Amino acid sequence: MPQIPMAAEGPLLTLDDLSIVFSSPDEADIVAVRQVDLTLRRGKTLALVGESGCGKSVTARAILRILDKSAAIPSGQIIFSPDDAEPVDIATLNPDSIAMRTIRGNRISMIFQEPMSSLSPVHTIGDQIDEMIILHERVTPKQARERTIALLDQVGIPGPRERADAYPFQLSGGLRQRAMIAMALSCNPDLLIADEPTTALDVTTQAQILDLLRQLQDDYGMAMLFITHDLGVVAEIADDVAVMYLGDVVEQGDVFDVFATPQHPYTRALMSSIPKMQRKAERERLQPIQGTVPSPKDRPQGCSFSSRCPVAFEPCAKVRPDPTRTGKQHRTRCHLIERELKPGEVIV
Amino acid sequence: MLGFIISRLISMVLTIWAISLVAFAIIQLPPGDYLTTYVATLSASGDRVDPRVIEALREQYGLGQPFIVQYWKWVSGIVTAGDFGQSFEWGRPVTELIWGRLGNSILLEGLAVIVMWFVALPIGVYAAVNKYSLGDYLATIFGFLGLAIPNFLFALVLMYLGYAWFGVVMGGLFSPQFEGAHWSFARVLDFLSNAWAPVLVLATAGTAQLIRVMRANLLDELRKPYVTTARAKGLPEWRVILKYPVRVALNPLVSTIGWLLPTLVSSSVIVSVVMNLPTAGPMLLRSLTTQDMYLAGTLILLLGVLTVIGTLISDLILAWIDPRIRYGGE
Repeated sequence: MPQIPMAAEGPLLTLDDLSIVFSSPDEADIVAVRQVDLTLRRGKTLALVGESGCGKSVTARAILRILDKSAAIPSGQIIFSPDDAEPVDIATLNPDSIAMRTIRGNRISMIFQEPMSSLSPVHTIGDQIDEMIILHERVTPKQARERTIALLDQVGIPGPRERADAYPFQLSGGLRQRAMIAMALSCNPDLLIADEPTTALDVTTQAQILDLLRQLQDDYGMAMLFITHDLGVVAEIADDVAVMYLGDVVEQGDVFDVFATPQHPYTRALMSSIPKMQRKAERERLQPIQGTVPSPKDRPQGCSFSSRCPVAFEPCAKVRPDPTRTGKQHRTRCHLIERELKPGEVIV
Repeated sequence: MLGFIISRLISMVLTIWAISLVAFAIIQLPPGDYLTTYVATLSASGDRVDPRVIEALREQYGLGQPFIVQYWKWVSGIVTAGDFGQSFEWGRPVTELIWGRLGNSILLEGLAVIVMWFVALPIGVYAAVNKYSLGDYLATIFGFLGLAIPNFLFALVLMYLGYAWFGVVMGGLFSPQFEGAHWSFARVLDFLSNAWAPVLVLATAGTAQLIRVMRANLLDELRKPYVTTARAKGLPEWRVILKYPVRVALNPLVSTIGWLLPTLVSSSVIVSVVMNLPTAGPMLLRSLTTQDMYLAGTLILLLGVLTVIGTLISDLILAWIDPRIRYGGE
């Protein structure tokens, strides 16, 4: 009797205490990502939010192991457990190994931010998608092209047969991003990483692309890691949300939970800095987060937010908080919460 | 594409016409003419010249006529009869003199270009991909040495070493017994055994430059997001590099093919003199110093024509490999 692997039950992808370091010959090493815990559920969307430079994209690229040669993963695990294969720790694989390359593009694929420059300018759209299908599956070029055309049709590109022979510069930004999505879906991945896929597009196109992604997720049943700094987009698309600040994931949970009862002071600050539509009389001044994001070099030893946190206290700057369960599927790294959970204690 | 080629052909004809005018004007620019130089040479060696003989010669060559008449005679001769005029110094039609020389030039410098590309491109790609590695530094050192050492010096050193160590006399393109022979397998072998040295010398500076250019181009391209996209597909690293950024980085290099030939011909003059190569360079130099105007003019014109044809070829290749150029006009 064939054994059903345990993997099919648990999360699809788990990042555990991941750190990523960039080294250069001239400067001290930069710890771009210090502490990332993420859990991706099968078929669900996790939105990874945070300011520019907090390490979102680096984390995403680390999952595919397409970081620069200067980057290293000194600690942590990236456990990928697809339905029909043994779980594998991606962090230990050689980036150019066959094991990694059969995951990359095939089981985990990625959409990038800039549809203008993320497609090769000298190859047709069809060529670039065909290549990926032929690479991962035993099909003839002709079969690959038929599938490419079907994919282009599915992502809503009009005249897919002709457009397959078009070059990226002959398409609009929205169409290019659709072509990019078609490429990412071409091998029916278990996980789709979308790195700010709508940032470079105008608002109407943005909404169409989000709808398309949601629709495709229903059709394909894949999980999605959606990277963005736009909380509106998060609310629209995500099942779970993880908040990242300066290389640390500070809070992860169900999107309704996190939006309704944000636990970490940084998440709360983020929520209160969203402009609201209000009548003139009821308008309040926006409350921006005090201070600026320090560079990773000046990151506090303890909680990275402690240098700007309005409620920081004794251990925050020195000791890194452990994740605390603050609800079903909801985890937060904050000393305040650890404290609050102890009975009989009062924080001033 | 057809329209592109036709419009290019038309502008090519106009360019060549302009080149012929300029070439003819340039060889007329120095004061005096072939006969003045001739007289000066004769008097320098103590000979007396009868002015009437000179006058008769001037009449015969049509040197006293206005510029435009001389130009018209020359050009109409070329167009109608393929007659490029008479070389004063050699006393023979220019066409008899140049083809062999020009053929040697094209052959030799063409080989140098091929060697350059075959050596430089892989090294350039390696240096860019492994930036700041030992290999990159070695390529850089080799590159700057190649750039800094003048070609003729390299030729001299090579000839000296060849003679001192192996007793080989380098120079010329053919052994004496093959000099005037028809092309045969043996002659090709003989050519190759003689030509490797000049080809090596001619290729060094260009190779060094090409390595630097390829490295810089590729470094720019490697940073582009489409390379990351290609990597994210799961392609092996070498295929990512060769198929995407290298392909794009080649474009600016392809567009330089057109200028390579004339650059090589003019830069190879000294090497050709040093190594006694029967190419067009030394002939052009000599014809310019003696004001042998039809010979000089023809050589300049043909070099111009080669440049124009080279540019057309590189444009066509460029349009073929880069769709942005192919569709740019639409």
